[in-house]
Amino acid sequence: MAEPVTAESLRKLVAGFLADHDPRGDRLEFLRARYDAGLAWIHYPVGHGGLGAPRALQPVVDAEFVAAGAPDNNARRNGIGLGMAAPTILRHGTDAQKRRFLRPLWTGEEVWCQLFSEPGAGSDLATLRTRAVRDGDDWVIDGQKVWTSLAHIARWAILIARTDPTVPKHQGITYFVCDMTAPGVEVRPLRQATGEAEFNEVFLTGVRLSDDLRLDAVGNGWRVAMSTLMNERVAIGGGAVPREGGMIGVLTQEWRERPELRVPALHDELLKYWVRAEAARLSAARIRQQLAVGEVGPEGSAVKLSFATLNQQMTGFELELLAGEGLLHDTWEMKRPEAVDFTDRTPSYRYLRAKGNSIEGGTSEILRNIIAERVLGLPAEPRSDKDIPWKDLPK
Amino acid sequence: MTTSNAIPDLLYDEVDDDLRASVRDMLATRAPWDKVLARIDAGESYDASLWRVIAADMGLAGLAIPESAGGAGAGFRRAAVVLEELGRAVAPVPYLGSAVVATQALLRAGETDLLAELASGERSAALAVPFALAPQAFTADPAGSAFAGNGVAAEGDSLSGTVKGVADALIADVLLVPASGRLFAVEAADATRTPLVSLDATRQLADVTFAGAVGREIASGERAAAAVRGALVAGAALLASEQLGIAEWCLSTTVDYLRTRYQFGRPVGSFQALKHRLADLWMGVTEARAVARYAAAVIADDGDDAEVAAALAQAYCGPLAVTAAEECVQLHGGIGFTWEHPAHLYLKRAKSASVAFGVAARHRAAIGSLVNLPSS
Ligand SMILES: Cc1cc2nc3c(=O)[nH]c(=O)nc-3n(C[C@H](O)[C@H](O)[C@H](O)COP(=O)(O)OP(=O)(O)OC[C@H]3O[C@@H](n4cnc5c(N)ncnc54)[C@H](O)[C@@H]3O)c2cc1C
Repeated sequence: MAEPVTAESLRKLVAGFLADHDPRGDRLEFLRARYDAGLAWIHYPVGHGGLGAPRALQPVVDAEFVAAGAPDNNARRNGIGLGMAAPTILRHGTDAQKRRFLRPLWTGEEVWCQLFSEPGAGSDLATLRTRAVRDGDDWVIDGQKVWTSLAHIARWAILIARTDPTVPKHQGITYFVCDMTAPGVEVRPLRQATGEAEFNEVFLTGVRLSDDLRLDAVGNGWRVAMSTLMNERVAIGGGAVPREGGMIGVLTQEWRERPELRVPALHDELLKYWVRAEAARLSAARIRQQLAVGEVGPEGSAVKLSFATLNQQMTGFELELLAGEGLLHDTWEMKRPEAVDFTDRTPSYRYLRAKGNSIEGGTSEILRNIIAERVLGLPAEPRSDKDIPWKDLPK
Repeated sequence: MTTSNAIPDLLYDEVDDDLRASVRDMLATRAPWDKVLARIDAGESYDASLWRVIAADMGLAGLAIPESAGGAGAGFRRAAVVLEELGRAVAPVPYLGSAVVATQALLRAGETDLLAELASGERSAALAVPFALAPQAFTADPAGSAFAGNGVAAEGDSLSGTVKGVADALIADVLLVPASGRLFAVEAADATRTPLVSLDATRQLADVTFAGAVGREIASGERAAAAVRGALVAGAALLASEQLGIAEWCLSTTVDYLRTRYQFGRPVGSFQALKHRLADLWMGVTEARAVARYAAAVIADDGDDAEVAAALAQAYCGPLAVTAAEECVQLHGGIGFTWEHPAHLYLKRAKSASVAFGVAARHRAAIGSLVNLPSS
């Protein structure tokens, strides 16, 4: 039996690592070595960037590296990779797939995107029509995906496609890793209400993916996708933040620094947000404590739902608080951002971008359905599509 | 904003789970809601025999009292679990008033004799201040002659005056009375307690009048003020666990009902308009649990975020429990509006509790001062 991992033993490990690796040397070399030493995501298994250690101790490791001035893996740029692709590959991938994908994913050398949504399949993702047809050792993919965030910088994608149209919609789906450099992958910017193009349309025309890019069994894609989406919701809503972190911090700072903005009724409204933001923060912390001891459930949806609602209301409040100043926007130029930058932009940007929070990663309506049915056990809506072969569904 | 970034353990441990199960079992046999309701019909107030079981037989009155003072030394986190179950059962016992508020006052005052009696469950105590008094509203008079917040004056050890709307006083053996800058213990039998017809008949209020009653001083000056203020902060913080229990009962009872109630040929709970309301309520309950656990943990650890945690607890959990109870009534339809259905017991408890220790708006204002968000 190995010694149990403790905060102390981890600090020692990091100190030993730092003695051998100069945090001011080559950035990528440093990150790769950190991965190989199992100090990347410590709850991952040995050999895949981790130590099989409790996830709750990750902040200890991160803090040591920050204190040493070490480079980080720029996690914000690869949220889909880190938050969704990685746990899915870890859980459903072969050993060879884990070896091939996880290290460059963690170091940020390879950014990932998510090819799930289609023009005709959003909330009802399982109706997707992108086809994957077997051809020898390859699969040939044809279809169109949409709203694909960061496809313009992604090296790989997680992709779900229909491999059997003759069975009901949830059964005929298979999960793949898509090579974004493969011939037939075309990425076109899709401009958002904010003026920029963070997401894209992705056209897949005769794209050949070898069978070793398939994740889990043929026809098992829906189940795999569900585990991805659960992770997505925890990832979107769930990072650890200090009190007054995030949008509430923007508001409280403005309130403190700008007495001339203060209006009595806005004061109570601000404090209502303060209370809700703090409740949401504590609740997210509690869910992380549950995750750390292994209880994961649809509860993660709650964090995302609450975050979306509150973020939208608070960004709207900010525009009102700032009155005339809030009416100015920094630029309508169509930029191609590499990450969502919430704090360094104008309030108008925050207000607009927050509108996406209740759509991306499952709409708030769908999350309420999930909570009602899977957490509370309320009866499902009557459904007409469940047992009908996909090809016979009305479209 | 100093201590609040390190978040304490907000989960329950196995001992909590066992404690919860035993309290829930006991309440299911001894205080099912129809018995609680029958007491109200019979004009009975607090349930003394139920209180004896909880306080003495199960030894729960002393959970937050250190072992050195004869208690269980288990702390306020565990007391919070008991409160969740008492809220869930709208049980007519003075746990909050005696095992939390009065206990914290005595702990802060450094009193030990009475504390030992409370710990054993032999006697119970209540702090003689109005139930609706907010911690922030209780201040020592600058001249040191009186406390703002109640109307009792002391001349030597003789107390006179009336405190209106006190909770848990009717069943108390001892009253802790702030008067003229000091804190006294007075035998309840030496005061006149006038029962009031209360919105929440499961926690009946009383006006308490002292006419030259003799008090035993247990603290004075700063220490007395800190004891009373600390007691009110603990009460506000721990009441959140009761409110959580109320909200959980309302949510789960409503969900169960909507699963089985058919209208329009389908369970009413399959209509999305209702599912979404319940999903929102579940979200609120989930957040309330984190807030209530945080408040209990901070009080238990005597953390310096206590005033914020208590204000947050009442600003969030008070209104949430009211919403839960109101949704419970509405989503039960006609039956939910009847005397024969328990929903009204929870509605009354929730609404009354949301006013106790100050309403949410007052707690938000308190947060504004505590975290430096001034109103003007
Ligand atoms: C900023 C942003 C980034 C995104 N990034 C990605 C990405 O990287 N990869 C990816 O695959 N997708 C991405 N998406 C797509 C996102 O997941 C979908 O937009 C979302 O799932 C909704 O699908 P839809 O747009 O087709 O809306 P629809 O499903 O058509 O929904 C329309 C409206 O109907 C409501 N609705 C639908 N069904 C129900 C129901 N059963 N009950 C009640 N209401 C219902 C919805 O809530 C919504 O309000 C992104 C979206 C946004 C806004």
